[in-house]
Amino acid sequence: MSALVKGETGEWEIVIGLEIHAQIIANSKLFSGSATDFGAEPNTQVSMVDAAMPGMLPVLNEKCVEQAVRTGLGLNAEIMRTSIFARKNYFYPDLPQGYQISQFEDPIVGKGVIEIDLPDGTVKEIGITRLHLEQDAGKSVHDQHPKKSFVDLNRSGCALMEIVSEPDIRGPEEAVAYISKIRMILRYLETCNGNMDEGSMRADVNVSVRKPGDELGTRAEIKNVNSLKAVHQAIDFEVERQIELIEDGGEVVQETRLWDPAKNETRSMRSKEEAHDYRYFPDPDLLPLVLEEKYIEDIKATLPELPDQKKHRFMGDYSLNLYDASILIAERSRAEFFETVANDNDAKLAANWVINELLGALNKDEKKLEQSPISAKNLGGLIALISDNTISGKIAKDVFAEMYASGKEANAIVEEKGLKQVTDTGAIEKIVDEVIAENPDNLAKYKNGKVQLLGFFVGQVMKKSQGKANPKMVNDILKGKLD
Amino acid sequence: MTSNLTHQSLASALEGLEKGDFTSVELTQAHISAIEATRDLNAFITETPEIALKQAANSDERRASGKAGLLEGIPIAVKDLFCTKGVQTTAASHILEGFIPQYESTTTQNLWDDGAVMLGKVNLDQFAMGSANTTSYFGNVINPWKKRDGSNEQLVPGGSSGGSAASVAAYTSMAATGTDTGGSIRQPASFCGITGIKPTYGRCSRWGVVAFASSLDQPGAFARDVRDSALLLESMSGFDPKDSTSADMPVPHFAGALTGDIKGLKVGVPKEYRVDGMPEEIEKIWQQGIEWLKSAGAEIVDVSLPHTKYALPTYYIIAPAECSSNLARYDGVRYGLRVEGEDLTDSYEKTRAEGFGDEVKRRIMIGTYALSSGYYDAYYIKAQKVRRLISNDFTDAYKKCDVLLTPTAPSAAFVIGENDDDPIKMYLNDVFTVPSSLAGLPAMSVPAGLDKDGLPLGLQIIGRAWDEETVLRVGGVLETAAQFPFLNK
Amino acid sequence: MSLSTDDVKKVARLARMKLTDAELEEHKAKLSGIISFVEQLSEVDTDNVEPLSSVVDIKLRLREDKVTDGDIVKDILKNAPEELEDFFAVPKVVE
Ligand SMILES: [Mg+2]
Ligand SMILES: [Zn+2]
Repeated sequence: MSALVKGETGEWEIVIGLEIHAQIIANSKLFSGSATDFGAEPNTQVSMVDAAMPGMLPVLNEKCVEQAVRTGLGLNAEIMRTSIFARKNYFYPDLPQGYQISQFEDPIVGKGVIEIDLPDGTVKEIGITRLHLEQDAGKSVHDQHPKKSFVDLNRSGCALMEIVSEPDIRGPEEAVAYISKIRMILRYLETCNGNMDEGSMRADVNVSVRKPGDELGTRAEIKNVNSLKAVHQAIDFEVERQIELIEDGGEVVQETRLWDPAKNETRSMRSKEEAHDYRYFPDPDLLPLVLEEKYIEDIKATLPELPDQKKHRFMGDYSLNLYDASILIAERSRAEFFETVANDNDAKLAANWVINELLGALNKDEKKLEQSPISAKNLGGLIALISDNTISGKIAKDVFAEMYASGKEANAIVEEKGLKQVTDTGAIEKIVDEVIAENPDNLAKYKNGKVQLLGFFVGQVMKKSQGKANPKMVNDILKGKLD
Repeated sequence: MTSNLTHQSLASALEGLEKGDFTSVELTQAHISAIEATRDLNAFITETPEIALKQAANSDERRASGKAGLLEGIPIAVKDLFCTKGVQTTAASHILEGFIPQYESTTTQNLWDDGAVMLGKVNLDQFAMGSANTTSYFGNVINPWKKRDGSNEQLVPGGSSGGSAASVAAYTSMAATGTDTGGSIRQPASFCGITGIKPTYGRCSRWGVVAFASSLDQPGAFARDVRDSALLLESMSGFDPKDSTSADMPVPHFAGALTGDIKGLKVGVPKEYRVDGMPEEIEKIWQQGIEWLKSAGAEIVDVSLPHTKYALPTYYIIAPAECSSNLARYDGVRYGLRVEGEDLTDSYEKTRAEGFGDEVKRRIMIGTYALSSGYYDAYYIKAQKVRRLISNDFTDAYKKCDVLLTPTAPSAAFVIGENDDDPIKMYLNDVFTVPSSLAGLPAMSVPAGLDKDGLPLGLQIIGRAWDEETVLRVGGVLETAAQFPFLNK
Repeated sequence: MSLSTDDVKKVARLARMKLTDAELEEHKAKLSGIISFVEQLSEVDTDNVEPLSSVVDIKLRLREDKVTDGDIVKDILKNAPEELEDFFAVPKVVE
């Protein structure tokens, strides 16, 4: 499904805005000193503050503020010098205070913009409306007991950044590209691990449809969309539902809908349906958060090169195409790996080996780059041997396989196995002469105009040299002798 | 002997303990007996004699080994709004009945660290919401004072810290903690003929104190005289990194401020505190106070706090709004009362309906209304704006004077049940105390005299932010001049 | 201004407090009285006045990012009306 969908009454435009909740990487919670590790035993990472015992008060974690500012800078966004924590009031068993401390009118980060890379190779800008800090809720488990829900407050009070996009997104592909890019930026900044499986990154998708050129339509907010695949499917479903509804004379109601991955559908969340009135007001237990310009500048100075900057640099400095550059910058560690490999080497060759050979092999073994048996330096060593003609590209593949299996250096393997390319003209001529002598029939055919047989002669020479002869030299010498 | 032990001041008890005239165990036992003898006042929700005697014995040991703290061996009462580790803390509500905190509030911990002894948890208006201590789930507290006409009418002790005030006035504790959101220390102090001080907002930590209205709540001290209040307050005060609104300020030796010297001090008298229908006797005692301070060398200055009349309506938006949110945590999930329902929402609704008293419900509903969409700007934001104007009034007044002198309350203690049917009438009790609460200023009530019925009337001294010392100094001068006829003395 | 029965119902619902019809009516009268009382504020000119939400004139302090709390599951559950396997238990929530 693309941005425009055909309905019975003509074309419809899909309009999407995303709210991403990203758990901040920090040792302790936003307002308390309990730990934030994933998967701990129930209620072990809970303080009296997180359990909202009477008289408990919040104290803000400096790291979370820094992480939010870092992220804001990474989203090319305005950092607000004064922001205010507000209470969002509602009742839910995993919300111990009866309110969530969030930011409402005055978030820590204002408007920003990021680039997303679309599958067709184009680039689009998506506006960021805001980023605010807020507490996560606990977790209710509904399947442990026939009549009870179980409440675990380990996650209660963990720091989240809610990143809200403008309704600039025009289809499921763009939505997926947007989430992927946000995830990439957060991982570059080391402000969120982006792990959607563990719920460290969650997306709420606001979907509406309209006739091109019309005002924005009424949107539905879809929750519980916990993977990129689900985002795509949920949008597809919701768009179809809304178009059908409108075309049948109905009206889309503004509501919260739940994505049900098992049934492949979104459905109205009755529990949340009743008019929600969150009664936001500034949290009187906290004071306004005021940031100094110098504080922001100091954080800015520590920002890493971000994905888009890196992508542009790779395309410029290394003359890589958009596709290769995009793959290489997908993870900060991958880009760094590539740059080590490319160091003093042919960058295109390096990109090729990293993407096609190494990532291919790791992918097959379901390994991460961090687990690669071949270090970046060693892969660079292999490429250097290709570049200076010590080995051929073909031999290099064998060396690579050996390196992957043993972790040894390329040079050592080449030495050990005597794989050095033969570049001695005399030695190659000798083999060429032998091969010509051994194949009088093909020689005759060649002479009669079947020049395609050059490939046969090259192959024979290479075979006889056990692949070690320099292919270009073999080509040149053969041509000289045959023509 | 028993009566001598309980009827002395905290300061003199410290001397007696130090001289070895009596032990903390003896002093504590005398108070335990006094509590038992005055249970009809209903001042205590939970008596903790075992804890008290154990703490007293430990205190005697510490003193013997030369390690006496500021309040070493002094038996005190704690408002049942302060969470006390291992001891039931109810906020005088059904919803927290049986709740046993696994933590100790910072302010009470400060007291125990200074050697104080806990006699028990005293009664209050439910969740500190009330001005007569008639909203407690555990029953009304009775003011130990009686009208001199011989009628045996039971009078309110004021609220919300009514149990604290009644206990100190009845000599069942030497001092008591209180909290003041809109007058909850000063008004009961006035009604019970004792002193009560609410320090500057941010002086005492709120950590571990059951919240009513966070931007206003402030712990403070009750004692019979000014010096004793100063001692208790000094112990309670101090920076707490666990409370983001706690100020990192040094705590002065408050009792050291009681020099008796107020020569040249400018005492402001705000004309707006002369409200319609105020009993003549209140006006009289106020004039008397002004005269006393004048004769002690103070300069009396007329000042204006033009937005005074809007303080109560402002307060009755802001405090309920904050309370509606602060009390959302009482849902029957993690602690406190749970009434089972058909489903979770039903359980919440039944729990909270049964767990909260009418006044609490009323304030939750007012606050919910004031914050709800469509009304927020007209009520809550408007109130916050007026709050700034009220605060600015004080700033302007303090350009002309150093402290303000006003009556504490518009009446003396009234008969239980008197204002119960009309919330507004009840709210008017706080008309003189609420403005300084909204501005976060230190203020104290000192007993100044008796009305025609023989009931105590207090005068209020309001200071600049962080200037509790001047407040106490003026309080000391008033006290000396007033020679207040304490109960049973 | 006086509140309607529906207004009172709505706030009671938002605040999760079940009121009987008689209670609703009684609260309605008193709440209306209080709302009329606080509405005097409308006569105050507050143009160009910033709302005051805190009287403490200090900067918000930040905490160091250290694990200093937690691992007290018994204390956390100590007062729970119902607990099962170290979880708080509540009537089943259906979404
Ligand atoms: Mg949201
Ligand atoms: Zn959120």
